Amino acid sequence: MKNPSELLYTESHEWVKEMEDGTVKIGLTDYAQHSLGDLVFINLPEVDDEVEAGEAFSDVESVKAVSDVISPVTGKVIAINEELLDHPELVNEAPYDAWFVQIGEVSDKEELLSVSAYEEIVAKEEA
Amino acid sequence: MKLIFERSHEGRGCSILPECDVPVVSVSSANKREQPLHLPQLSENDLSRHYTELMKHTHGVNDGFYPLGSCTMKYNPKVNEEIAALPGFTKIHPLQPSETAQGSLEVLHKAEEFLCEITGMDNMTFQPAAGAHGEYTGLLLIKAYHEARNDKKRNKIIVPDSAHGTNPASAAMAGFEIVNVTSSPDGCVDVEKLKEVVGDDTAGLMLTNPNTVGLFDKNILEITKIIHEAGGLCYYDGANLNAVMGIVRPGDMGFDVIHLNLHKTFSTPHGGGGPGSGPVGCKKILTPFLPTPVVVKENDKYRLDYDRPQTIGTVKHFYGNFLVVVKALSYILTLGKEGIPEAAQNAVLNCNYLMNKLKDVYNMAFDEGCMHEFVMTISNLKKDKDVSAMDIAKALLDNGIHPPTMYFPLIVEEALMVEPTETESKETLDEASDVFHKIYEEAIANPSALHEAPVSTSVRRLDEVNAARNPHLRYEF
Amino acid sequence: MGSYIPSAKSERQEMLKTAGFSKMEDLFSHIPQEVLLKNGLNIPEGMSEMEVNRTMSEIAGKNKIFSSIFRGAGAYDHYIPSIVKSVTSKEEFLTSYTPYQAEISQGVLQSIFEYQTMICELTGMDVSNASVYDGATAAAEAAAMCRERSRNITYVSAACNPEVIRTMKTYCFASDTELVIVPVKDGVTDLSSIEGNLDAKTTACLYIEQPNYYGQMENIEKAAEIIHAAKGKLIVGCNPISLGIVKTPAECGADIAVGEGQPLGMPLAFGGPYLGFMAAKSAMTRKLPGRIVGETVDIDGKRAFVLTLQAREQHIRREKASSNICSNQALCAMTAAVYLSAMGKEGLEKAAVLSMSKAHYLAEKLSEIKGFELKYKGEFFHEFVMTCPICPCTLMAELEKHGILGGLPLDDENKGSILWCCTEKNTKADIDNMVEIIKEVAAR
Repeated sequence: MKNPSELLYTESHEWVKEMEDGTVKIGLTDYAQHSLGDLVFINLPEVDDEVEAGEAFSDVESVKAVSDVISPVTGKVIAINEELLDHPELVNEAPYDAWFVQIGEVSDKEELLSVSAYEEIVAKEEA
Repeated sequence: MKLIFERSHEGRGCSILPECDVPVVSVSSANKREQPLHLPQLSENDLSRHYTELMKHTHGVNDGFYPLGSCTMKYNPKVNEEIAALPGFTKIHPLQPSETAQGSLEVLHKAEEFLCEITGMDNMTFQPAAGAHGEYTGLLLIKAYHEARNDKKRNKIIVPDSAHGTNPASAAMAGFEIVNVTSSPDGCVDVEKLKEVVGDDTAGLMLTNPNTVGLFDKNILEITKIIHEAGGLCYYDGANLNAVMGIVRPGDMGFDVIHLNLHKTFSTPHGGGGPGSGPVGCKKILTPFLPTPVVVKENDKYRLDYDRPQTIGTVKHFYGNFLVVVKALSYILTLGKEGIPEAAQNAVLNCNYLMNKLKDVYNMAFDEGCMHEFVMTISNLKKDKDVSAMDIAKALLDNGIHPPTMYFPLIVEEALMVEPTETESKETLDEASDVFHKIYEEAIANPSALHEAPVSTSVRRLDEVNAARNPHLRYEF
Repeated sequence: MGSYIPSAKSERQEMLKTAGFSKMEDLFSHIPQEVLLKNGLNIPEGMSEMEVNRTMSEIAGKNKIFSSIFRGAGAYDHYIPSIVKSVTSKEEFLTSYTPYQAEISQGVLQSIFEYQTMICELTGMDVSNASVYDGATAAAEAAAMCRERSRNITYVSAACNPEVIRTMKTYCFASDTELVIVPVKDGVTDLSSIEGNLDAKTTACLYIEQPNYYGQMENIEKAAEIIHAAKGKLIVGCNPISLGIVKTPAECGADIAVGEGQPLGMPLAFGGPYLGFMAAKSAMTRKLPGRIVGETVDIDGKRAFVLTLQAREQHIRREKASSNICSNQALCAMTAAVYLSAMGKEGLEKAAVLSMSKAHYLAEKLSEIKGFELKYKGEFFHEFVMTCPICPCTLMAELEKHGILGGLPLDDENKGSILWCCTEKNTKADIDNMVEIIKEVAAR
């Protein structure tokens, strides 16, 4: 699957979509969903929860593993994608549509990667 | 197989209870159950056959070789079962006066005495019902100890990354923060790294020795000293005691508190996942904090002591899984002072023997003499032939062997952890070796066949993704 | 000396050689000398099977078996159908491990799935786990399910079994959370003391038992209303036999139902092994601790059962798991399932009605003796508290001479009173006989 060029990425395999109003949406990349395998449950935070750059805000479960999803920004959860709670498979099927959370009041942001920089990292990991 | 509810027929049943011989009283309408109650309606014959069918689709130690690493699936002696079924044990009410339960108290007291000698501890509680429950209890003793000394900043428990998941889970449940310390390349504790992480916030360290990869940590005295010098206590996870009982004692290695798994080391059956028993032993400094009641012996009489002001309280109703302790005590009496170390020696012998027979084709994760279990890595087959540890495990099922523990410890890729135990004969190990070799050859020659395994079991590989995504956890009427 | 090592001494030598060692001690040569045990263990020498059997039988003989038991307080002497022991002593069930390898464990897995269904039926709840250690730990684990973030105060009725309360306290000590005791009034939970007083930000749950420790029936619906008003959860600890006739926790509005499963076919056994059952509303499914079996299919589409929702558990989540529990009490869960199947709906109802009827008969007969009075006037199931005009110890000692285990002398604010219990095993003749003895003692 092609990684969309309008998105930004993290080394821990999240994608970030910067919205016009200054908020961001976060999801997992195609590479991430592929290495995790079939997801069976997504733990999401609650609206109004604070998130901190570099800290986990969610985790995803496959049958026999669990992995953290890490926020690249500091801010507050303003929306969660509730559809994922009942349909974790959406992350496997369409990772770039399956946003996890939308973060507002963004006060701090890690350095994010362009698609080409991210793909270099993926290529390295695959090797 | 039909579910028991699918065998049920309206109007059938067993006749168990007599008619009421006193005036009948039932609950008032305000408290009366209105919700329907669907329980199976079966004749005793149908009920008996149902469970016989389930039995035929269950694999126990009695059905064949069961080298499940870290679980010590040794033979479960029959005499222990017979003894635990004695009415003098089964018909005793936990709250009958101590003078009428001297036999039960003697069992607990004797088991404490022997197991303290075997582990080098001073006192023991049998209240914890399982290994994880023992860990939790032991950690609470550590917590209470530091609190009693008003040393409240000690909130961190150090756990090696090779540890079983219960260690960090128990520590978290006991209110501690977990500090993971990485292992050195030989799978043992990295002493330098340990020195870096200890401090005045160290409450303790949790360790198994031999560790989860089946190696005895040679630096053990230095490790426990580092923790003690930092003001922490050392917790011994007794999961692997079968390798060293009667040879070396956790108490002599510097540990302050331990748990045992009577259902592993002391031969009591696992029962498909329980009941087990996870007694906790400790050095004198922790005795005041033990859960109550404590069995004490005074003038040749036993009694239950509840008057322990510093106790952590209680972790389970009554005194633990008593009948399991009865079985373990019978086992200890059978083996005795020579039999205990002999069991450990033969567990280690069987393990080394099998490892030796397999290492011509299978890669050992750690190339050293093992203790009671060894870890193989299937990563080469995974890379070259796309055959995983899981595929090997499933192929073993077709050969009547219960697979080793898969994908554990986490520090080894494509891990298979093999623990033969001392109660297997040379032929069993030779036959198992042949099976492992046959499967290896097949993995090379015809890897896709292994992806199909098992083919001879009552069901084949399951759709676990669907089971977890759409949980269906009960029968719907 | 007994041993379960199959290989003959000569074979062991051969195996040693194959493995590259010359003597047994060499197997341990990498253990530092200074920690090795020098003089062996100071425990008795091993024994033959016959000697062990005799020694242990002698110890068992030091226990007194009462022919007639009128004591409960958390452990109940119900009749155990013969088929129960026959099924659970099958070696496949006894000697297998946790069913991680589903393909060769369908028997155990299906039995747990059936058990889960029966617990759901019994309690009226949506989902059950594969069981935990016992009723006390089930209550403590249930309270942990309800705590999240600032919502962490556990309320516990003082009318609960005192050992269950102590266990919950210890678990709260571990998690550094607060436990608040709700007082008793007239033998039942004084719900008015918390009504309208609970903080909607910090209240996690209320634990209450039905029937309670004193045998009294509680107003569970009222308790549900009060705790739900504070957005907390209601946990009901229930006696499984009573559920044959008593309104279910689900009908009363509980979020979680737990209980001690021992009455379902497990012997008294000096306190264990017993069985903790746990069931919840479906919204709390993922918060349930321990193992859960689910239905699925295999690659050929055949129905099959498997341990599921495993990513909640300690072996995957490690320190982030909500509980550290690994094992369930699988064989005890099977015991309960066989018991419930042998009894059926009618049999369970009968066990409940018989137990309750006999307790009421005993209460009535005892009340005829001067100084014996029911302490509480509310409805009771199969246990009740009664005053005792004579020293309870004297009375118990006298009953003991006749092979009768009388009720439990209470030690709390009910000091001097006795907690009596009946089950279907107490016949009218036994009850009449005991009452006659008590009459004689009281007349002295």
